[in-house]
Amino acid sequence: MDIRLDGIGHSYDDFEVMRDISLDISSGQIVCIVGPSGCGKSTLLRFIGGLERPRQGRVLQLGEPPKSCLNPLTYIFQDFALLPWRSVSGNISLVLEDHGIKGPVAKEIIADVLARTKLTDFAKALPKQLSGGMKQRVAIARALAVNPAVMLMDEPLSALDSQTRELLMDDLIELWTRRPFTAVYVTHNLAEAVRLGHRVVVLSRRPGQIREVVNIDKPLAAREFGDADLEKTQKYLWQLMRDEARAADAELLHG
Amino acid sequence: MDDSGKSVAFRGGGFAPKSRRWVGVVVFVTLVLFIELGTRAGWISSLSLPRPSDVFETFRQLYDSGLLFKHLGPSLSRLTVGAIIGASVGISVGILIGLFSYVRSGLVPLVAAIFPIPKIALLPLFVIWFGIGEGSKYALIAFGTFTPTVVATYGAVDNVDRTLIRMGQSFGLSWWSIVRKIVLPGAMPGILSGLRISLAIAIILLVAAEMLGAEYGIGAYILEAGSLYDLERLFAGVVILSLLGVLVSGIIGMAERRLLGWRT
Repeated sequence: MDIRLDGIGHSYDDFEVMRDISLDISSGQIVCIVGPSGCGKSTLLRFIGGLERPRQGRVLQLGEPPKSCLNPLTYIFQDFALLPWRSVSGNISLVLEDHGIKGPVAKEIIADVLARTKLTDFAKALPKQLSGGMKQRVAIARALAVNPAVMLMDEPLSALDSQTRELLMDDLIELWTRRPFTAVYVTHNLAEAVRLGHRVVVLSRRPGQIREVVNIDKPLAAREFGDADLEKTQKYLWQLMRDEARAADAELLHG
Repeated sequence: MDDSGKSVAFRGGGFAPKSRRWVGVVVFVTLVLFIELGTRAGWISSLSLPRPSDVFETFRQLYDSGLLFKHLGPSLSRLTVGAIIGASVGISVGILIGLFSYVRSGLVPLVAAIFPIPKIALLPLFVIWFGIGEGSKYALIAFGTFTPTVVATYGAVDNVDRTLIRMGQSFGLSWWSIVRKIVLPGAMPGILSGLRISLAIAIILLVAAEMLGAEYGIGAYILEAGSLYDLERLFAGVVILSLLGVLVSGIIGMAERRLLGWRT
């Protein structure tokens, strides 16, 4: 299943935040969206998943999601959004219960996703007992459980310290290599974008427009921390964004 | 190394009260002993305060004669039925106010209008509506518990983390599932602390409810003692109410430990 953004534009009252964004997201690819703060990247992600409606334009699903897919468009949030009163496995079973999956079938799915995210030993732990990195792995496991066609990741590593971030990036690459998934990955961190993105979409400051789409052909599994060619791409992205980011920073906040 | 430096003065700490188990009991016992001593020595006149040992003696007589449970039984049933009706209706209405714009706009002013009415003033009205029997007593206690429960509940629902609700929606959970599995448990801390207040109010109203047409009941017992200026019996009744309050607070504490163990 592919996703097509067709002329998306949005404004709050008279305040234009996004203008004419058209983009194809093809399956099996990770598309990173970067841009200065306030450019509407997270809002764009909420449009894609249907949590908010754009004023102009449409978000289209091209083709049907696979049959086994319980929740085609699945988010991973920056603040994890785990229910603090449910254990790790309870948080995963939450999203299965509504699809009528209970008992042994649910157990099997939960065991599988916990194994894939290396959380098997923590199935009974409560979120308050876990570190930030572990919490985000639980959120990733929860997303995997519904077998999404497209993962919508909203700054998933931004709440974590830089070491945990590196570890989780490795985990994401490993997950993707074993079973390629489609993802839209919003971030302000260019290092994450060049490590994880097949394509990096650079948005301008408000009103957010696509400035440039940078393709990175190097396979994910071959990318490493501090690769010279990735650094070069990252530098290039930063040059694209630098002035925008400075101008965005100097703007008065709206509302 | 040079040792001539001055060690930095400690200025942190404090502002984190912990529970010290027996201090409460010690304060209570000291107070009772103080009154006992004062009344025995005579510098507290027996007209202003009854002697604690006399109150205890009255209490023992009440227990021995079996009257204690004759009074306690109807009171407990009134308290339980009234509080359960009031709290459950209050929680439901509070959740509806927390979820629906029209219910909120319609009922919040109404609740604000009902809240400050002393419910005791409405007792005659309840007697006309529900009869002089148990009905009016249930109604008074239920009505009194209802308003604080509503206010606490919708405040608690407002405070449920919206990102958790967005998460539920993004995973395609049904509306009912979101309410049951996200909103309700998320609002539970606020609901329980609201219940602490509303149940205390229920005990206060128990006495008021037994002002009219009650032969037995702690409230009736206290009011009778009061009208006769029988301070020993009055205090014995008051002690029972206090114990009831401690018991209710203990039950809610237990519920909190059970239901809210997930809190940090």
